[in-house]
Amino acid sequence: MLVSLNWLNDYIDVNDYKPEDLAEIITKTGIEVESVNPVAEAAKGIVVGRVVSCEQHPNAEKLSLCQVDIGEGILQIVCGAPNIAEGQKVPVATPGAVLPGNFKINKTKLRGEVSNGMICSLQELGVDEKDVPKEYQEGIYVFPEDVNLGDDAVSLLNLNDIIIELGLTPNRSDCLSMAGVAYEVAAALGREYKLAEEEVETSNEKAEKMVKVEVEDPQANPYYGAFILKDVKVGKSPLWIQNRLTAAGIRPINNVVDITNFVLLEYGQPLHAFDFDRFGSSRVVTRRARSGEKITTLDDQERTLSPDHLIITNGENAHAIAGVMGGAESEVQENTTTILLEAAYFNPANVRQAAKDHGLRSEASTRFEKGVDPNRVERAGIRACELLQQYAGATVLEGPAKFDQLDRSENKVQMNSLKINERLGTEISNEEIAYILERLQFTYESNGDEFLVYAPTRRGDIVLFEDMLEEVARIYGYDNLPFTLPSGAAHAGGLSLEQKLKRGMKAYFEGAGLDETITYSLTSEKQAAMLVSKEVEELTPTPVKLAMPMSEDHSHMRLSILPELLQSISYNSARKQQNIAYYELGTVFISQEEEVTKQPHEMLRASGAVTGEWLAHPWQQEKKVVDFFVVKGIVEGLMKWLDLDVKYTKAKIEGMHPGRTAVVTTAEEEIIGFVGQVHPKVQNELGIKDTFVFDLNAEMLIDIYQKEEAFETIPRFPSVNRDIALVVEDSVPAGHIEKTIYEAGAPLVKQVRVFDVYQGEHLEEGMKSLAYRLLYLDPERTLKDEEVEAAHEQILKEVKDKHNAELRA
Amino acid sequence: MKERLQELKAEALNKVDEAREVQHLKDVRVEYLGKKGPITEVLRSMGKLSKEERPVIGQLANDVREDIAQAIEKKQSALEEAALEKQLEAESIDVTLPGRPVQVGGPHLLTSIVEEIEDLFIGMGFEIKEGPEVETDYYNFEALNLPKGHPARDMQDSFYITEELLLRTHTSPVQARTMGLKNGSEPVKMICPGKVYRRDTDDATHSHQFTQIEGLLVDKHVRMSDLKGVLNTFAKQMFGAEREIRLRPSFFPFTEPSVEMDISCKVCGGTGCSVCKGTGWIEILGAGMVHPNVLEMAGYDPKEYSGFAFGMGPERIAMLKYGVDDIRNFYINDQRFLKQYHKA
Ligand SMILES: [Zn+2]
Repeated sequence: MLVSLNWLNDYIDVNDYKPEDLAEIITKTGIEVESVNPVAEAAKGIVVGRVVSCEQHPNAEKLSLCQVDIGEGILQIVCGAPNIAEGQKVPVATPGAVLPGNFKINKTKLRGEVSNGMICSLQELGVDEKDVPKEYQEGIYVFPEDVNLGDDAVSLLNLNDIIIELGLTPNRSDCLSMAGVAYEVAAALGREYKLAEEEVETSNEKAEKMVKVEVEDPQANPYYGAFILKDVKVGKSPLWIQNRLTAAGIRPINNVVDITNFVLLEYGQPLHAFDFDRFGSSRVVTRRARSGEKITTLDDQERTLSPDHLIITNGENAHAIAGVMGGAESEVQENTTTILLEAAYFNPANVRQAAKDHGLRSEASTRFEKGVDPNRVERAGIRACELLQQYAGATVLEGPAKFDQLDRSENKVQMNSLKINERLGTEISNEEIAYILERLQFTYESNGDEFLVYAPTRRGDIVLFEDMLEEVARIYGYDNLPFTLPSGAAHAGGLSLEQKLKRGMKAYFEGAGLDETITYSLTSEKQAAMLVSKEVEELTPTPVKLAMPMSEDHSHMRLSILPELLQSISYNSARKQQNIAYYELGTVFISQEEEVTKQPHEMLRASGAVTGEWLAHPWQQEKKVVDFFVVKGIVEGLMKWLDLDVKYTKAKIEGMHPGRTAVVTTAEEEIIGFVGQVHPKVQNELGIKDTFVFDLNAEMLIDIYQKEEAFETIPRFPSVNRDIALVVEDSVPAGHIEKTIYEAGAPLVKQVRVFDVYQGEHLEEGMKSLAYRLLYLDPERTLKDEEVEAAHEQILKEVKDKHNAELRA
Repeated sequence: MKERLQELKAEALNKVDEAREVQHLKDVRVEYLGKKGPITEVLRSMGKLSKEERPVIGQLANDVREDIAQAIEKKQSALEEAALEKQLEAESIDVTLPGRPVQVGGPHLLTSIVEEIEDLFIGMGFEIKEGPEVETDYYNFEALNLPKGHPARDMQDSFYITEELLLRTHTSPVQARTMGLKNGSEPVKMICPGKVYRRDTDDATHSHQFTQIEGLLVDKHVRMSDLKGVLNTFAKQMFGAEREIRLRPSFFPFTEPSVEMDISCKVCGGTGCSVCKGTGWIEILGAGMVHPNVLEMAGYDPKEYSGFAFGMGPERIAMLKYGVDDIRNFYINDQRFLKQYHKA
């Protein structure tokens, strides 16, 4: 809502406040002021002048040579506007004048002729293009006849006004009117204001004689008033009305339209004027539209209606979509003489639906959608009649013809001052509360601590005790509330074990050299099904799809974090950042239904993607390019941190390198994720180099960890280390031999580590040597050499049996 | 004999003096102090001496031995010291060469901010609660006093999956769920951070996915001044002790009264500048007293229980605190951006 301070001053004197200070007070008591701006950049030295003569410039076809009377003398001015004509009263920038943009006007010569200033367009005076009346858009502005030569054009055009822009919350639609703003400012400042009674002299003829109002759906349209005005002369509205509209950002059109708009701004009540002759009937029937019924609206669009839309008809055809837009057929035109002026209350939900369906959010529909003041509907009609009589020569017929089942009662709210103070933590006296109610102009009855408040109908938002609590608090001032701390029982806050583990995992990954990322949960249909871990795949999930996505890139809920993570790598790669190590701890969304009806399972996963150089230390000739084992090492470290035994088995996963990918399984053979290289084809598509990833079921990791025994004690007895080197066929995975060693050496073998892998000289083609370091330990006692020897022999026998592994000579 | 001993001593000390290596000293030790050495010889031949002379010469011989041994020891440590110095000299390196790099990762700026806020409220006795990102219409809207048809829950603003399921538009449903578990009889003191989603076209100030962190306290006798006190504590710890706060009226369907909290502008100190659009204040969060309908739907008697709630956007806080000027930066994951804020 744009509030003109000049206009506000018509209702309530705020001249003693600086605009910024007033804005601050309004913000603190109720409504946020979003900006304080002058209507136009300051212009100086612009006066009204009359074009005494206007001739063709002798040396320029498109210029005119004008003699302009500015009251204190005649100036010769060269003007290029096409609409300049003798006899016009126009804004003249005299030599020394300054136009917006600090543009100084000097005496000059144009194509050989002296020009003592400039005749101005509204745009040149700083008016926003969209607020300039159509006829002046391509040329200079022309004043109405009743202005005096030499008068200050800036104040005549209200260009010295200040506009306060209010950011209205949905509950404060009462301030969608100047009257509402005046009530609010009066309460904030503790000043007097009352909306003046409107008065209009009517003829003896009755509107009811000319038109009958019939309402088919009183719930959707509880009040409809039809005023009839005769002898209307459509023309320009007076300058002051035009100025008010311009200040509020509405372009002046003609006196009839301008006056309905003026009342809309003043009372917050939208009105609509029909050309009664073109309306073509003596019946106004409001009803729900029939399915497929059509109307051509004022903007010359043909629109198809439905029973959700309330329409105004002449008994046959639609002439307006109620509260949204009038029909082209009965639009007020220059030759209109009789007007049917509608003042009505339309149900907010109907108007909202119609405005939405037709994509027509207007000043009118916005107000109806929020609910207009039932006590101001008819009054607004009378106010418009008053102005039309005065400025359009209209004869107003007696009374509106109307349908009226409108509830105009006030909401009653009971409140108790002790309760108010208990809720706010204050000690506001009953007298202060009474004073606050008076400032708000809410009527009330009081008895000691009890107040019964009658909330005026302009404040339909006040229904509950809490609503009144807010009214009292804001006028009392939030600055005046004390600072206290909650008095309830002491409460030990903290993180749950799960939350601690999540933080711990993040700290682990960051310590391991990975940067945390946050990517989008919504991804494309294609990516939603990519790089999905096997244990998720086994649930046969269908990616959850949005009903109305905004773009194909963000249409489905992710089943894996990896695709978006790879997108991030791709983004960086395109910007010459080739060494990336990222991880993310986030949820994926698993629904097992074809058509979603239940909330999907939100599974926490920990994923990472690493590419480029892991370590580069050139002057010591050290360099490590990321490979499978860098990423596997990170996963192993996490498992060690969580104290979980896991196994890695080669596997094929869609989108992953078939020879360099392993699934990770728990001791109980449950899959908890995978680690590996992204398939080169996928890498190519994304324009990224070799990228290694992991994707783990963090939810399960946390679950297993929570179920586990707390801590193992540190062993008190010495352990024994033994190394063995085994020669096996190249195809035998090291992990299989490791497993056999554990099994054969149980329970004494506690740890098996590969420390060398060798192929080449001294070995047969197709063979490799694997060297393991074994740790033997009995937590209860010191081991004897013979025991270790026996276990070692058993191990050698079993690796020979199972893997044909020979002890390397 | 006396002369012989003095002679030997002088000779030995001279050799010690001339020794350039530890081995030379060992030779001197063997030569003079060994079992076959000249001093031992002197001692052996003491039988020839008179009773009076024997102790004198014996004493002298011992003194000479002692002196030589001491000299050897002294010289030896001097030689060792010199040898070590030489070795260390040879081991010297150029300490100005760069070290072997260590991979260092760090948290996302939003995580840093969320955890800072979490820790701050944990210190005030709050718990952290989390909830689903795909929510039911009931918990996302209805339980929060946003019945069907309410203008503030326009289909256009939310990502719906079905008529009853949508991506949560705020973290408030976690509050409704948590309250719902208390049978209307226990206090609630919680913070809920998380991802939320709205139908916005991504640009410098809008993101279809963003983060929210909300707080809720429900108990008997909760006052609005408590809200002011808690928010003041939060603002001063988060933004600096010299920050002032102010509350001003606002509107949220789930609170009544509703307020927005501003903090005094750090840039200008409250006098007005371009950062605070000339007002001296910067909007930080929305808050209010829990709406009685919300309490009632969660099973609390609003006559007995009251509460306050507040909510804020970590992105906005990050933008204010660290001057991030484009919200998309939080989700694009440009490495340079992420690394820049690891110490935040
Ligand atoms: Zn500032």
